[in-house]
Amino acid sequence: MENNISQTDKKVERRSFLKKLAILALAPIAFGFLGSTDKLKTIKKWMLENGYVPNNHKWGMGIDINKCIGCGRCAVACKNENNVPQEPFFFRTWVERYRIYEDGDIQVDSPNGSIDGFENWRTNKKMLRSFFVPKICNHCENPPCVQVCPVGATFKGEDGVVLVDSDYCVGCRYCIQACPYGARFLHPETHTAEKCTFCYHRIVQDKLPACVEVCPTQARVFGELNKKASPLVRFLRMNKIGVLKPSLNTEPKVYYANLDMEVK
Amino acid sequence: MEELIQHLTPILKEIWGYIFPNEIELHWGILIVLYPYLTGLVAGAFILASLVKVFNVKELQPTYRLAMLTAMSFLIVAPLPLLAHLGHPEKAYEILITPNSASAMAMFGFVYAWYLMAVLCLEIWFEYRRDIILWSQKETGIKKWIHKIVSLFSKDISEKAIHFDKKWVKIITIIGIPSAFLLHGYVGFIFGSVKANPWWSSVLMPIVFLFSAIVSGIAMVLVLYMIITPIRGKQLDILCLDKLASYLFYVMIIDFSLEALDFVQRVYESEESIKILAYLVSNKLFISLVVIQLFMGMLIPLTMIALIKIFKSPPDLKKMVYFISAILVQVGIFSTRWNIVIGGQLFSKSFRGLTVYKITFFGLEGFFSAVVIFCLPFIILYILTKILPPWEEVRNP
Amino acid sequence: MKKFLQKIPEQVKRLSILLVVVVIVFIIATSLLTPKDFGLIGHFRASSVQNNANKKMQYAGQETCSDCHEDMWKTKNAGYHKNLSCEVCHGPSLNHVNEPDQFKPVKPKGRTFCPVCHEYNPSRPTGFPQIVTASHNPRKICITCHNPHNPTPPQTPKDCSACHAEISNAKSVSSHMDIPCTKCHKTSAKHRLSPREFLPTKPTQREFCGQCHSKEAKSDESIPRINMTTHEPRYVCWQCHYPHLPEAQ
Repeated sequence: MENNISQTDKKVERRSFLKKLAILALAPIAFGFLGSTDKLKTIKKWMLENGYVPNNHKWGMGIDINKCIGCGRCAVACKNENNVPQEPFFFRTWVERYRIYEDGDIQVDSPNGSIDGFENWRTNKKMLRSFFVPKICNHCENPPCVQVCPVGATFKGEDGVVLVDSDYCVGCRYCIQACPYGARFLHPETHTAEKCTFCYHRIVQDKLPACVEVCPTQARVFGELNKKASPLVRFLRMNKIGVLKPSLNTEPKVYYANLDMEVK
Repeated sequence: MEELIQHLTPILKEIWGYIFPNEIELHWGILIVLYPYLTGLVAGAFILASLVKVFNVKELQPTYRLAMLTAMSFLIVAPLPLLAHLGHPEKAYEILITPNSASAMAMFGFVYAWYLMAVLCLEIWFEYRRDIILWSQKETGIKKWIHKIVSLFSKDISEKAIHFDKKWVKIITIIGIPSAFLLHGYVGFIFGSVKANPWWSSVLMPIVFLFSAIVSGIAMVLVLYMIITPIRGKQLDILCLDKLASYLFYVMIIDFSLEALDFVQRVYESEESIKILAYLVSNKLFISLVVIQLFMGMLIPLTMIALIKIFKSPPDLKKMVYFISAILVQVGIFSTRWNIVIGGQLFSKSFRGLTVYKITFFGLEGFFSAVVIFCLPFIILYILTKILPPWEEVRNP
Repeated sequence: MKKFLQKIPEQVKRLSILLVVVVIVFIIATSLLTPKDFGLIGHFRASSVQNNANKKMQYAGQETCSDCHEDMWKTKNAGYHKNLSCEVCHGPSLNHVNEPDQFKPVKPKGRTFCPVCHEYNPSRPTGFPQIVTASHNPRKICITCHNPHNPTPPQTPKDCSACHAEISNAKSVSSHMDIPCTKCHKTSAKHRLSPREFLPTKPTQREFCGQCHSKEAKSDESIPRINMTTHEPRYVCWQCHYPHLPEAQ
């Protein structure tokens, strides 16, 4: 048995060696044709400086509405981590409170994106149900914002994360209009589009996004979508899942457990 | 930044219902209202001009060259509001060198360049070439040189060459009609294709844009013709005016039907967004949509022109009614653009609240900048009429 | 060829030259201005991915804290705050990791920080420990009684209302106000220390309510009665009547 395995191993090794040899022989010719700048395109697997290979990942987030306590620590941490202006008009993530009353009235609010907390004034109306909903860029599989960007300054990376190239953004704000979730804003100082990046600079270093790191109740789960052992896949297996505005066919990669019909 | 915060903070108090926190800042302001208005005038004026060449509407001959130059001067200014509203105008060239083929907006540069160079410039050049050469022969000094350069130093005014010019004016006009449709239908598509916004997202949007564009273009040429001719001390051609008013009337009927169809469809389908849109129309947009766009800009001019046509009226009354109608139509169409662009951003994509638009006065994106941009085409038109006079009497026999 | 060239009208020749010039200028400008790394892995600048990855971090992550503060880390991980990252309360501290002496993380004190999570709010999930600051030991600083790294209550709560304030409030204005909680819920003493592991019991059958409310019951005359066999026999009582506030509709 063992012998067998080592034999096939050797075969595979030999084959891959031959492959490498062929690539080595052909590469200069191929590059001659394609021009040296196309190097990355031919070798599809490419790395960032710290060895992170985008191709090997596919990121997503799970949010359990039943666990969110509306403390707003995620919104605070996000602003700290990503230098988002402190004013209440710019958010990469925020938390909404839904209060649904027995008379059919629905109140939604998010004072300063939840950073100032939620005031607790009493009414005579009887509450039917109430809950908090954290909102964030959905990192859609079919992102409308990427579709409309005229210059290619926002894009979906190979790891599924939707990023902005702020040096290339012209500030036309078409992406802000196209986002159905209100997840984008124009940075008041750089005058370029801004949005959640899943804390890209953290996840390439194996750290959690800041909002997930500080969530005290594990209402947010971050992880890989195509690895069986990831906490996110477990989250998707254990819960009934909903996404926001499914009818728009954006295919969000932020998944909500216990999502209410009133959440839009 | 300070300014922006000072501008946004009072808006917080005027929000009705719930809007996403990033939606408090309204992103497309008066400049983006101006942009479809200006391109609309271009497309409209061109379609009017092509009536003369392609459909042989002889009565409109006096306005043909004027319409072409109007289209030209508005087209030159059309990209300015876009440029001024960009966060980084200095990077605007990126849209030409790395256009994203999936983006509706990315094609702007090419549609614009095609229309400016392949249609308008070419047609004007072929139309004027013989006259320019003849003018430059008689003139001296700087004017002579300007005309020489404009004519690309061409000299051939043989019978054959003139015939060639005429043939090509016609061909370009025929290409130009779909191009004008493309130019403005395309602007409609920029809005109509935003699926996230139910106020914009509609297949009818490009067509509604197009017909309202033709309406505004005809009305603008009518106004310009009625102002310029008396200033030049000439007589208004009442046959031409009648024809212009008739076309204005027909196109307005089509425009009105399309908008009515859009309205009926929305109300009948009653999708998720209908409640907030109904609230938007009956509150924030009531004056600009129902009063200005519908009554002032559409129904009143329609009735006035219809009455004039039914009851034979004296020319002076006719002229007055045409002039007033055309001005009202201009206001109405500007209001249409306002209602689409600003209206589409007043309600939240959560469908739970409305915000307000507070116009700023100073700065690149402010009111004054919009006024300047709106006045520019008229200045350019004045200069163009000096270089390429569109008047019948200066044409060489 | 020459004949063919002569046949082309003069205007067209002149226009063609202009067109060729425009096209050439456009092509040269495009090739000069397009960033070299544009389009390598998609319609964007490839280097922008690296730029996004190069942003500066602020939060160190709790594993980093454990390198130096192992004792504290262990205490925290044994208690109710085991799921909390250190930086939830102490703020972004990567600077502190790099230069421990120069940058000190914040230490929230007073009575404002803890209620960010623990102030009573009806929208919060039930079961999450919440207090009403106005009535909960006014003026006392939270950490005098609660160790934030191991936040068990200093004394085990005596009343159920200490944790179940909302239920207790409802019950106190209802006709069930005089019934003690333990009449319906058998609660072991351990529930006060480990509330999730030792849950109180709940009544399971209609007959439980029937002890007082059935026609045959030997209870006070003022208590409303029903016929247990004919009154909605397919349902258990609390599907329609809220036991903590039976007057509610």
